[in-house]
Amino acid sequence: MYLNFMKSTARIQDSVHRFFDSDIWFSFKKSKVTVVAACVTALIMLSAFAAPLIAPHNPFDPASLDLMDAFTPPFWFEGGTTKFLLGTDDQGRDIFSTILYGSRISLLVGFASMLLAMVIGITLGLISGYIGGAVESLIMRIADVQISFPAYLIAMLIYGVALSLLPNERHDELAIWVLILAIGVSNWVHFARTVRGSTLVEKNKEYVQSARVIGRRRATIMFRHILPNVMGPVLVIATIGLAVAIITEATLSFLGVGVPPTRPSLGTLIRIGQDFLFAGEWWIVIFPGVALAVLILAVNLLGDWLRDALNPKLR
Amino acid sequence: MIALVIRRIIQSIIVMLAVALVAFTLFRYVGDPVSQMVGQETSIADMERLREELGLNDPIIVQFARFVWNTVQGKFGISYRLGRPVNQLFAERLPATLELSLIAALFSLIVGIPMGVYTGLYPDRVLSKLFQAISLIGISLPTFLIGILLILFFGVLLRWLPTFGRGEVIQLGWWSTGLLTISGLKAIIMPAFTLGMFQLTLIMRMVRSEMMEVLRTDYIKFARARGLTDRAVNFGHALKNTMVPVITITGLQIGSIIAFALITETVFQWPGMGLLFLQAIQFADIPVMSTYLILIAFFFVVINLIVDILYHVVDPRLRFDRAVVAG
Repeated sequence: MYLNFMKSTARIQDSVHRFFDSDIWFSFKKSKVTVVAACVTALIMLSAFAAPLIAPHNPFDPASLDLMDAFTPPFWFEGGTTKFLLGTDDQGRDIFSTILYGSRISLLVGFASMLLAMVIGITLGLISGYIGGAVESLIMRIADVQISFPAYLIAMLIYGVALSLLPNERHDELAIWVLILAIGVSNWVHFARTVRGSTLVEKNKEYVQSARVIGRRRATIMFRHILPNVMGPVLVIATIGLAVAIITEATLSFLGVGVPPTRPSLGTLIRIGQDFLFAGEWWIVIFPGVALAVLILAVNLLGDWLRDALNPKLR
Repeated sequence: MIALVIRRIIQSIIVMLAVALVAFTLFRYVGDPVSQMVGQETSIADMERLREELGLNDPIIVQFARFVWNTVQGKFGISYRLGRPVNQLFAERLPATLELSLIAALFSLIVGIPMGVYTGLYPDRVLSKLFQAISLIGISLPTFLIGILLILFFGVLLRWLPTFGRGEVIQLGWWSTGLLTISGLKAIIMPAFTLGMFQLTLIMRMVRSEMMEVLRTDYIKFARARGLTDRAVNFGHALKNTMVPVITITGLQIGSIIAFALITETVFQWPGMGLLFLQAIQFADIPVMSTYLILIAFFFVVINLIVDILYHVVDPRLRFDRAVVAG
């Protein structure tokens, strides 16, 4: 028992050492922009995750709202108080707190839909690469047609159709899941194409042939043997895909076909704030906008770095 | 060449049929078309008669054929929400969207290509770094956020430009244009900039990398060795060869500009097709939704077709490769 424990700690230590000795860690340390981007991403994710603990107010508790507080400017302007650091919106909600809660929704939808796109893409990519034939050409033709349209348009269409099939009174609670489904389904193509390409290379290698010879099942070969070897490029696409999913969610919510206003994401906050822009209450829209832009920029920078770091040609 | 054109046309028709199938499925199975059209007090017998008149009891394949035939003739049905023929609605909105897309595409080309050439020629200068930073921001900022920032600065704070609508329009036959009046021209500046920004960064990045690639080739070195001026080498030799991919990508991008116009139209309340589609989604107005889908697909397919054919006309190497493969 104790020996087993020792073994596994040793193994973990070993892999930790290997990670800190690796080229990836070296290229990460070397690029200052990437370190900053990683810190910013981590900070946003942590504060979104811990929103109920950090946020000075709970913006979704109607009891704590006071309409007298509405349209308070940020604290460094005349009329602002430190009680509401970044000011309040039309209902007296604290902007800083709504941003924390909003980035929670944005990140949740972003991650979930990216994972869904990844699962669909990897499965279809492995199948079409490994099995080939008519299945492959069917999947790849669908991918060709889908990729020639902007993803957000397809997501909108799926969202519109799904909601018109669901009963009206359950829209608000289901909207977020429909949104995840719509964005996920609209973004699988990049994953599928990449995985298919790498699978075509891997499937003729010796380890796959040996696995086939000893009689392993097709599914086992695809997911246990080939998949780990094609994950590198998938990670890159997943990082950039996360940024794409967050942008898509924000865009749909901004257009009013996303999450319901009762659980606003950053995009919804910007949509709500836009109405007050003309009256000069710019802080309602600008701060959520800055939060969204910083998040996307940081994730994009991480994706760029990962692409270069995993590309052996650039080393 | 003719074989290629025919093959491409057949592929395009198949794509359009697939899109039409999706649109038809929407039209037929999402909600009941009959109950959408009639009032509350219509009797079941009347509804049944309407169902028969509309041909909703025919075999599915017949219904689909009729749907395709109507679509080809431009009969898209009647909007559930507005009670007017869908093709009229789109004909009113089409000029606004196309004008916006065209100006945005021109803007992204006229600004993007020189920026790309400059950063490709002098990658280490301060101005190039600035352009690079701008392009990164252009990719990271969602379109609607750029629009809102523009509205805040030029519309609300400086009050230079109108923040919504098309301004005054002039009717030229069925085409309404805002490009001939001062207020129309002022109204299009911010939407076109917003819409063109993303394409601009794409074009700039592409021209830059193509330029850097071409400048490394032997024939450029040879041209320099011959003592040609920098201008002749950079523009006469290098730029010319970067233009083929740029033209292709720009052509393909025009389709997505038309599709992305939806977001810009919402921000600036621009009365185009996108705004119509957005309202249709919120009201489950299926005929408008499926028509928008078919129209956008049609633009994409036609543009792809033209670009594909042009590509083969412009670049002789492609034709040669194909002949070798085929032979």
